[in-house]
Amino acid sequence: MKTLALPRQLPGRLPRNYLPVLVTGALFIAMFTAGGIRYEGFATGQIILNVFIDNAFLLVVAVGMTFVILTGGIDLSVGSVVALTTMIAASLLPSTPSFLVILLVLAIGGVLGAAMGAIIHYFEIQPFIVTLAGMFLARGLCYTIGTDSIPITDPTFTAIAQTRIDLAPELWISPTVLIALAVVLVATYTLHYTRLGRNVYAVGGNEQSALLMGLPVARTKIAVYTVSGLCSALGGLLLSFYMLSGYGLHAVGMELDAIAAVVIGGTLLTGGSGYLLGTVLGVLVLGLIQTVISFEGTLSSWWTKIVIGLLLLVFILLQRLIVTTGVSRER
Amino acid sequence: MKRLAWPAGILAALLLVNLIFTDHFFQIEIKDGHLYGSLIDIFRFGAPLILVALGMTLVIATKGIDLSVGSVVAIAGAMACLQISTLPSQDSIGGVLGAIGIALGLAVALGIGNGFLVAIVGIQPIIATLILMVAGRGLAQLITDGQIITINSAPYKLVGGGYWLTLPFGIIIVAVVLALIAFVTRRLALGLLIESVGGNAEASRLSGIRARGLLIVVYAFCALCAGIAGLMISSNVSSADGNNAGLWIELDAILAVVIGGTSLAGGRFSLGGTVLGALIIQTLTTTIYSIGVPPETTLLFKALVVTIVCLLQSPAFRAKVFRSRRKPAPPTVPAGEKVTVRT
Repeated sequence: MKTLALPRQLPGRLPRNYLPVLVTGALFIAMFTAGGIRYEGFATGQIILNVFIDNAFLLVVAVGMTFVILTGGIDLSVGSVVALTTMIAASLLPSTPSFLVILLVLAIGGVLGAAMGAIIHYFEIQPFIVTLAGMFLARGLCYTIGTDSIPITDPTFTAIAQTRIDLAPELWISPTVLIALAVVLVATYTLHYTRLGRNVYAVGGNEQSALLMGLPVARTKIAVYTVSGLCSALGGLLLSFYMLSGYGLHAVGMELDAIAAVVIGGTLLTGGSGYLLGTVLGVLVLGLIQTVISFEGTLSSWWTKIVIGLLLLVFILLQRLIVTTGVSRER
Repeated sequence: MKRLAWPAGILAALLLVNLIFTDHFFQIEIKDGHLYGSLIDIFRFGAPLILVALGMTLVIATKGIDLSVGSVVAIAGAMACLQISTLPSQDSIGGVLGAIGIALGLAVALGIGNGFLVAIVGIQPIIATLILMVAGRGLAQLITDGQIITINSAPYKLVGGGYWLTLPFGIIIVAVVLALIAFVTRRLALGLLIESVGGNAEASRLSGIRARGLLIVVYAFCALCAGIAGLMISSNVSSADGNNAGLWIELDAILAVVIGGTSLAGGRFSLGGTVLGALIIQTLTTTIYSIGVPPETTLLFKALVVTIVCLLQSPAFRAKVFRSRRKPAPPTVPAGEKVTVRT
């Protein structure tokens, strides 16, 4: 339907597929401008960079979630895998070289994701239920390792945590932002310029058709959950750089933030449509809301949740509007 | 009844484990005119979960899902406690009933909102209810102003912690709600209509079923169940905590429904299965404590049991692992596939 519509687009007009992403981008700019007018010292580049620094781990996790949601699935286990990663890293670091720890946690995340993907595909159990069990499993493993917060004192980790990369006077980022941006670039390349990426969109569009076209549905579905697991583990590493501690209660409810970022970014939960750029903007919007609320000062933290809920509502209504007008025009 | 065999077997196995590890597990005695015993406790502490899961069953039968029940639990508890705390006398029955009415009314209104988004606007249920799940926690904290409201009201205490006719009051509420749902869905046509909407909403509409109205009613009812559960939970501890009341109960409720044999693909449901599923989850929690599994590994244990239960119930798993010579299972329609009806 959408591929048929594309040639009919007038030259110079953007395809309708990009509209949700554009709206999210416009919203981000509008929020930033409004904040700049309302608060002193808000409209600086460092504010945006801070949003990146504070949400680098969420960005990485949301990238993994985008892969899963593009195939029409969902991954509830990401928050727990993030916590598990910080926990394993913190408990192993005193006795193990840091690069080994990093490789190990990434492997654990990937294997966990692959296992969930395999169960989802081969045993035909709903992604919701399988990843819910994965969420319990990972959170349970955290508490098995320990119920207290474990500080990280490893020199490599603390060095990464304390490094500041100066971009310009008064502008700096942390290495975690660079890692997150690298993940976004690699993921964008994978989604748009590799077979795996095309298969992800195809499976999300219609799994049955993808299967009949001879696409490797099984491999694709297992791959996206593996990617999500890997991204969660990497997000967990970034969180351990940020927090310098491992704790079983880190990142509680983060799966909801990740899903919200993906949805605000314009990706359809039915799968098959959406862009990573949208997810990046979604994470930025979520981060900016928190910044605005901290600038406001008198607003209590629960307003964050209410505003995110309202934003979700607005975006979903908007998407719905775009989809329905699109269908009626094509008929 | 054959589909209840798996959950019933699992529940029996769990109870058996308890029989071996715990003395007097099946003993039920009457003290001061109240029933006491481990089995009664499972029912008593499981009552809110059973209620939420029953509402969830109907929603899932329509091919939907309601993620917002946990938030509704918190909102209803917060609203009721706020109202009661402003009463001149917290023991006045009329005032408490009024507070309960306001809280449940709010819950139903939120449910209608969910139903509106799903049925009229046409948003995917998981997203439509995700909105309230996220915003609802904030709303609950807004109602309690971020504090934990503590009350001291004898009539309100009855809802979650009281006894009536020797039975814990919560069990009576669950029994009444269960009887009501069973009667309305299994003796009247409503159950069939719900299943047909879940099977194919568009086809049901074309065959003259008012699918939209039905969906709204189902979501409102689910929220009502969650609201009652919220009253029970807050009444049991005589306080309202907007942040933690009913946290993750939606996940437990969905698990209970799935363990009970209701498919997330919609189109059929089993009330008995859901009650069994909720009891399995509650028994699991009790078992974990009684056999002395360290509390840190509770979730691990739960993940294990949930995985085993879901695998055992998956026809694909059974077909692949226990390769029997029975005829192969009919090809299942993958979830999410829409059958479009051309008019």
